[in-house]
Amino acid sequence: MPSLLFCGPKMAACGIVISIWGVIMLAMLGIFFSAKSAVLIEDVPFTEEDIRGDQNPPGNIYGLYNQVGINCFIAAGIYVAVGAVSLCQVRLNKRQEYMVT
Amino acid sequence: MSSLLRGEEMCLAQLFLQSGSAYDCISELGELGLVEFRDLNPSVTAFQRKHVNEIKKCEEMERILVFMYCIITSLAHSLSLSLCLQEQLQRLEVELGEVTRNKEKLQRNLLELTEYTHMLRITRKFVQRTAEVSYEEFPFLEKETMMDYSSMQRLGAKLGFISGLIQRVKIEAFERMLWRVCKGYTILSYAEVEEYLENPDTGEPTKCVVFLISYWGDQIGQKVKKICDCYHCHVYPYPSSNEERNDVVEGLRTRIQDLHTVLNRTEDYLRQVLIKASESVYTWVIQVKKMKAIYYILNLCSFDVTNKCLIAEVWCPVNDIPTLRRALEEGSRKSGATVPSFVNRIPTSDTPPTLIKTNKFTSGFQNIVDAYGVGSYREVNPAPFTIITFPFLFAVMFGDLGHGVIMAVFAAWMVLCENNRKLKNTRNEIWNTFFEGRYIILMMGLFSIYTGLIYNDCFSKSLNIFGSGWSVKAMGWTKEQWENNRFLTLDPNVTGVFKGPYPLGIDPIWNLASNRLTFLNSYKMKMSVILGIIHMSFGVILSTYNYLHFRKKYNLYLVFLPELLFLLCLFGYLVFMILYKWLAFSAKDSRHAPSILIHFINMFLMQGDGLQPLYPGQTGLQIFLVVIAVLSVPVLLLGKPVYLYWLHNGSHRLGLYRVSGYERVRRNSEEELYLMRAHDMEEGSSHRGEDGKTSGSFDFADELLHQAIHTIEYCLGCVSNTASYLRLWALSLAHAQLSEVLWAMVMRVGLRMDSTLGVLFLVPVFGLFAVLTVSILLVMEGLSAFLHALRLHWVEFQNKFYGGTGVKFCPFAFSLLPSSFEHDGLL
Repeated sequence: MPSLLFCGPKMAACGIVISIWGVIMLAMLGIFFSAKSAVLIEDVPFTEEDIRGDQNPPGNIYGLYNQVGINCFIAAGIYVAVGAVSLCQVRLNKRQEYMVT
Repeated sequence: MSSLLRGEEMCLAQLFLQSGSAYDCISELGELGLVEFRDLNPSVTAFQRKHVNEIKKCEEMERILVFMYCIITSLAHSLSLSLCLQEQLQRLEVELGEVTRNKEKLQRNLLELTEYTHMLRITRKFVQRTAEVSYEEFPFLEKETMMDYSSMQRLGAKLGFISGLIQRVKIEAFERMLWRVCKGYTILSYAEVEEYLENPDTGEPTKCVVFLISYWGDQIGQKVKKICDCYHCHVYPYPSSNEERNDVVEGLRTRIQDLHTVLNRTEDYLRQVLIKASESVYTWVIQVKKMKAIYYILNLCSFDVTNKCLIAEVWCPVNDIPTLRRALEEGSRKSGATVPSFVNRIPTSDTPPTLIKTNKFTSGFQNIVDAYGVGSYREVNPAPFTIITFPFLFAVMFGDLGHGVIMAVFAAWMVLCENNRKLKNTRNEIWNTFFEGRYIILMMGLFSIYTGLIYNDCFSKSLNIFGSGWSVKAMGWTKEQWENNRFLTLDPNVTGVFKGPYPLGIDPIWNLASNRLTFLNSYKMKMSVILGIIHMSFGVILSTYNYLHFRKKYNLYLVFLPELLFLLCLFGYLVFMILYKWLAFSAKDSRHAPSILIHFINMFLMQGDGLQPLYPGQTGLQIFLVVIAVLSVPVLLLGKPVYLYWLHNGSHRLGLYRVSGYERVRRNSEEELYLMRAHDMEEGSSHRGEDGKTSGSFDFADELLHQAIHTIEYCLGCVSNTASYLRLWALSLAHAQLSEVLWAMVMRVGLRMDSTLGVLFLVPVFGLFAVLTVSILLVMEGLSAFLHALRLHWVEFQNKFYGGTGVKFCPFAFSLLPSSFEHDGLL
């Protein structure tokens, strides 16, 4: 079976660090978006129509908030996967260090 | 722990070492790392010193060890024993040299034989290929051996062959040269060798080509031979018949086999020799290093009159003298000497070097203080205060919660893994710098978390932990106002809008306000000035410690008091005005609130009756403060020189020098004289304006000039340094803006994607955001804030009290010695 190792030890370590940071930060962003934090209003993709043409204000905006929040959670999930892959790479690298060629 | 505040008390001691036990005593001292040796033979050059031969031998041994180490690392090795040093090493070197030379010769031989074999094999192919075609005039030799001579004689020429190998890169040039020189009287056929052969000069595998040149005529033959020489071809004799060829091939094969066997035996022998030596190489290296160091120190000592005993002068901390005695006893005992070596403390008027004992936490901060200047002997050390103020000022400029968390986590990882040898011993300079400063970075990160909470800034977003103190609903705007206005102002004077200040830090609503920067700029500028004045006043107050310790009480009244009054009357009053305005004026009178800057300027110009005062009695107080500040300048300028002049010339009985002279006559014991001198030494070594003790005269002009320079520097410096602290505001503004731009341009793009593909886009966008945050905001801004905080300490804080003209104490310790091995990257 060909080697599953495709990145060196430093790259794998970077991968783990960014994954951990990504999981924590994106999860917290998702929570804050779901809590409809006002500070994040600029990051929500709303238009003038959403504000003026809203039957039930601020329902549209809230819906957009939830959408972005779910996006953040999904991205956090993807980073969990990336972190797992990086962890495997780190383990494989360590094993290769000990192998006698 | 007075050591960190002020530095250890040092003394000069004389060591009397017996010649027999000198080596062992110094070895003991080297292990302990207690003392610094002084050079007692400064006029002697390196080659005239006593132990120069031993040092040469040590260097020879080091060279041999480097050579051996290089050979060992090219083979795998295992464990074994070791023996006595120098003869062993020399013998080893000779053996190894011979063996490697033989090995190279054999390998060269092997290469030649291999080439010859290839050549024969390939030229056979040439011959076989053209076997079908037979030339009329040039019949091939193996076809008709009887015919060849006669046919060639018929032509009046001899057909000759030259065959050999040439490097592939040269074959085309070779062919062209042959054609041009021999003008078609030669035929060249060549074919490439499939496998790579080792080039004997460079040792790397190269492709070679076997060629066969057939020519006729003697002169052509000479020319062809010369050209072959020119192109560095390896020429081998071409066999004239098939039987001869087969014989040669057989012979070659056996020779090659023999050579292989010999080479294998040589390799085995080499391996055995190196295995024996390999385990002990590291021990030998350390032994040689220590030996060389000890001989250097022995060179620094001098013999006494009886020539039996070595005298060494060392600087030693007073508290460590018992340890020193014990070390000498241990050394004497080890060498089995009958007469013990001993230590004797001697008085001196030289300034000792400065020793400040640090642990792994304080050493980082001490290093950054020492980088500006090592403290003079026994003066106040700014390092213990720097432990807190430096990370604090850094954090004021860095102020971001998220970045602070990342920095603190990184530093915490370095601190937790500080015993991991791989991290400690890397060659990378930049990594070593970061690793040495891991505690500094940890403190900086923790303080940044605090200031991030105060500025309420986390990756450029504010956190609403306690609930904002502003209420929009209470403004009561109508729908038309909402729809028709781009900007609306929240007025705190309307009831219910402003419910009270946010408990900790800046209210999160400011993150949504368009006049956020106006508010924050005013706040941060005033805060910077306040912090600056506090920091500088603290520096001035620290100078009192020096004056009291060195017993120059007059400095307290003539230097410290005018300085402090000048600073506080002018800039302390500015701080007071800032605080007063913050406390006394609220949102109701915000329209009539006076400008502090205008009031401050008017204070100096003694004008401004038309302006509304901040508080009753302001004009009177301001005039009073200005008068005091102006009066303190001449006191600072003239006070100290005049007082010292009066001391030396006005009253003859009270000069310090005379007192000590009188007492010296009275007291007979040397011990008391020594203590008297030590007392004088401590008094005398201040960094400013030392009156000439030894000569007994006092130079008024010199003193006045010094004091004038100090006064001008101080007074102008107060103004410029206060303004300099505004960099605290500038850098924190820059950091906040960079952070905001990064979020707006990178993260927002990923978050605003509303298509289903958008979620996959967010993943790389976040990766990019992370990389840019670390590289720009953490590394670049971090280094920038570090540098500016350092400058604020070195210049604005330390020039109020620090001399920094001392010499660092460098003890003789084996662990601190470099050696040639480290330069070669071997240890």
